[in-house]
Amino acid sequence: MWDPVIGLEIHVQLNTKSKIFSPASTDFGSDQNTQACAIDLGMPGVLPVLNEEAVKMAIKFGLAIGANISDNSIFARKNYFYPDLPKGYQISQYEIPIVEGGSINIIIDGQTKTINITRAHLEEDAGKSIHDLYPNETAIDLNRAGTPLIEIVSEPEMKSAAEAVQYLKNIHSLVRYLGISDGNMQEGSFRCDANISLMKKGSEVLGTRAEIKNINSFKFVENAINHEIQRQSDILDNGDNVKQETRLYDPSKDETRSMRSKEEANDYRYFPDPDLLPVSITSKLIEDIKSNMPELPSTKKDRFKAQYKLNDYDIDILTNNRELSEYFEKTIEGTDLNAKTTANWIITEVLALANKKNIGVSEYPVSYKNLKNLLSNVQSEVISSKQAKDVFERMWNNGEDAQYIIENEGMKQISDTDELNKIVDNIIKNNYKSVEEYQNGKDKLLGFFVGQVMKETKGKGNPKLINEILKVKLKK
Amino acid sequence: MHNKTVSELKKAIEKKEVSSLELTSLFINRIKNMDPELNSFITLTEEHAIDKAKIIDKEISKGILRPLSGIPLAQKDIFCTKDIKTTCGSKMLDNFISPYDATVVEKLNDAGMVIVGKTNMDEFAMGSSNETSFFGDVKNPWDKDYVPGGSSGGSAASVSARLIPCSTGTDTGGSIRQPASLTGICGIKPTYGRVSRFGMIAFASSLDQAGVFTRTAEDSAILLTHISGFDPKDSTSSKNPVPDYAADCTKKFKSLIIGIPSEFLDGLDDKVREVFDENIRILEKNGCKFKKISLKSSKLGVSAYQVVAPAECSSNLSRYDGVRFGYRAKNVKNIEELYKKSRSEAFGPEVKRRILIGTYALSAGYYDAYYLKAQKIRKIISNEFEDAFKEVDLILGPTTPDTAFKLGEKTNDPIAMYLSDVFTVSTNLAGLPAMSIPMGFKNNLPLGLQIIGNHFDESKILSLAHHYQNLTDWHTKSPQEN
Repeated sequence: MWDPVIGLEIHVQLNTKSKIFSPASTDFGSDQNTQACAIDLGMPGVLPVLNEEAVKMAIKFGLAIGANISDNSIFARKNYFYPDLPKGYQISQYEIPIVEGGSINIIIDGQTKTINITRAHLEEDAGKSIHDLYPNETAIDLNRAGTPLIEIVSEPEMKSAAEAVQYLKNIHSLVRYLGISDGNMQEGSFRCDANISLMKKGSEVLGTRAEIKNINSFKFVENAINHEIQRQSDILDNGDNVKQETRLYDPSKDETRSMRSKEEANDYRYFPDPDLLPVSITSKLIEDIKSNMPELPSTKKDRFKAQYKLNDYDIDILTNNRELSEYFEKTIEGTDLNAKTTANWIITEVLALANKKNIGVSEYPVSYKNLKNLLSNVQSEVISSKQAKDVFERMWNNGEDAQYIIENEGMKQISDTDELNKIVDNIIKNNYKSVEEYQNGKDKLLGFFVGQVMKETKGKGNPKLINEILKVKLKK
Repeated sequence: MHNKTVSELKKAIEKKEVSSLELTSLFINRIKNMDPELNSFITLTEEHAIDKAKIIDKEISKGILRPLSGIPLAQKDIFCTKDIKTTCGSKMLDNFISPYDATVVEKLNDAGMVIVGKTNMDEFAMGSSNETSFFGDVKNPWDKDYVPGGSSGGSAASVSARLIPCSTGTDTGGSIRQPASLTGICGIKPTYGRVSRFGMIAFASSLDQAGVFTRTAEDSAILLTHISGFDPKDSTSSKNPVPDYAADCTKKFKSLIIGIPSEFLDGLDDKVREVFDENIRILEKNGCKFKKISLKSSKLGVSAYQVVAPAECSSNLSRYDGVRFGYRAKNVKNIEELYKKSRSEAFGPEVKRRILIGTYALSAGYYDAYYLKAQKIRKIISNEFEDAFKEVDLILGPTTPDTAFKLGEKTNDPIAMYLSDVFTVSTNLAGLPAMSIPMGFKNNLPLGLQIIGNHFDESKILSLAHHYQNLTDWHTKSPQEN
């Protein structure tokens, strides 16, 4: 009966060293109000000075989505009173944003869908109000005030929570590839507002929308949107009208509730900020940034397919995260390691342990060099893949070196033909009855002989070699 | 000694005829004796000044000489000063001590000057008579029943009364030139962007510009040289090189073509017209060619100004919310009440009026009709000036339509008050430099001559002003002391 129409506004904190309009540091997690200078505090007489790094990062994003970069974007003041907004206005971009247009592709049920992006603009983040520190008072922490953000506004082109989440994930992956944000959702570096309305099936008239503010995890986005779709369709099914309003998603109750209606909405009285000149961007700057663009997720996916012949599932997992894809490639680099085997190792063994501890690639206790060494030992049959799993766990837990464990634990496989020949000869001598049965056609007994050799070598015999030797010797 | 100019004091100090401490003490004593009546200072920084003067004297004894070593100065209380309170003429900032110096303050401190106090002003620079100050009216030294003009009323009155040889000011719609005119001294507002606005409390950011008050054009040139220049802390400050204005203005005068806009003379008071015409004749005889020009849209200036300035002010003054600094209302129940009470109790009526007008002009549905239209007028005014400067070097007119008015005369008529800026606002809208110098008297009250130049043509303005002061002696007249 109803088709959902969803648009997202994503706020991405840029990982510049200093703030967008002041020299104060953007470090997260410092003591309250230690990362806010007079400019962030909005003291009398202070003036904003634009951080060029933030501009370059916004351009980088614009180029990555194929957008138009405005050569004279304008900073405007968005006026409203809030205790954690020191100046009583937020410096943002309104009429002319730095990034206009562009798009991003998502894959939904095996189909590629293009989501168009309306604009992305630069702005400053506000501080934080802390309500649970003192019983009847609100505390203000202005460390975050003035942190650079880009706000990425999509067209209302997503039709389900799944599409919205996929779009969000792709943007998340993209900003991390570009190195312009750490994308840390718990710390609020990446958060979004969702605009949701329902449209009668077959109709082209958009319904009234509700905006859900500040959702900061993929799961919550999915839940919030699904919940909101249900809420609105219940209203419409009853013949009532959806109110235009801003709502808040409460993950603990899995529900959205009204924050303010359209009537209560602020009139932000936007006007160009007279303290800042238009952001003049030269074509040379754009060319410089273009020539230093990293490989983007979509390009990398195509390359992985062609170069490593991996399947889509593996490619998706490996490339969604820039660091993981680099870990994979560095592991393989300069070796003849099998790509599929390496991918399997990373996806099953490495990620299993990493996810258990919830750590990122940079924190892996096993470096790609060490993993490279381990997998090379497997491929050249120095150790079996079963042994390799034990070795890897020790490497991960104790930070030990692959080579060290293999050598010190006497794990090296016995691949010495002479030694194995001797052992096989002995076994044949002591089991002449079984040899006879085998030679009379009871092929299954080969396993018995292999087992005997393994027993003799304490499991270190090279299984492949043992098989070959046995087959030859048992024929006689 | 108190009648000496900055340039003369500079020489006296360099020749060790007088020490900085002697000078500083002299002016502090004059302020202590005479200012209770004038009320031109909000804060007297005696201790700070004596300390600095001693440091400078010690430097001089070691042969270290800075460009303006030991010369006393008053700072308008709109410039943030470290360790000295900065009120901006408002109850809102009655307790505010800035952790930084404004760039203008820093530059003059570095040049060796000694701050003896912070001068009275209209609240947040909003006013033309200094009657909106939380710290009381300032009296015109020429007649204490009259206003000194505003908003830099204290800075102008103190220089006029010889309580200080020079002072700083700011000019958003005439706040340097109008009080300079009304108190019979020199006041220059340079090109927008010539002087950094960092640490200068904002009224209307696209119009505000710092400048100075002195008694001679040469002194203005000396001080302007030291406060000008690009500041990485102010993105709107200009990277144009700073000339030595003092050297430029004292060079041999080169003849200039000067435009007189008919709009500035239409309907002008007879006596003001007479004084003005007499001065034109003097200049005509001495190397100036005059040309009638027209600045048709300049009469729209006040209207455009009264939209743009309040709009920006409504936003600039939002930070005074009682949360982080400044006045905070007591016994409030919630944040809404904290905002409402703090702002209602600490802002005066003129500031409130402008915040309301500005908020209205920027509101959804009114933005196009007011703010945008005002910006269009601003562009037209700029273009007219630009065309005029294709034909003339400078533009001349009276600074104000008339002499100072009586205290209380216009306080209940804001429109009449706003119209006292009719000749000055358009240069702010166009970002042009302009100066007021004394040109005579009407009923024993001074009148000012306004010289407007093209962008960054301060040297030309100062050169004409200096030339004029070589031909006349209006700038040497001082008000009678009791």
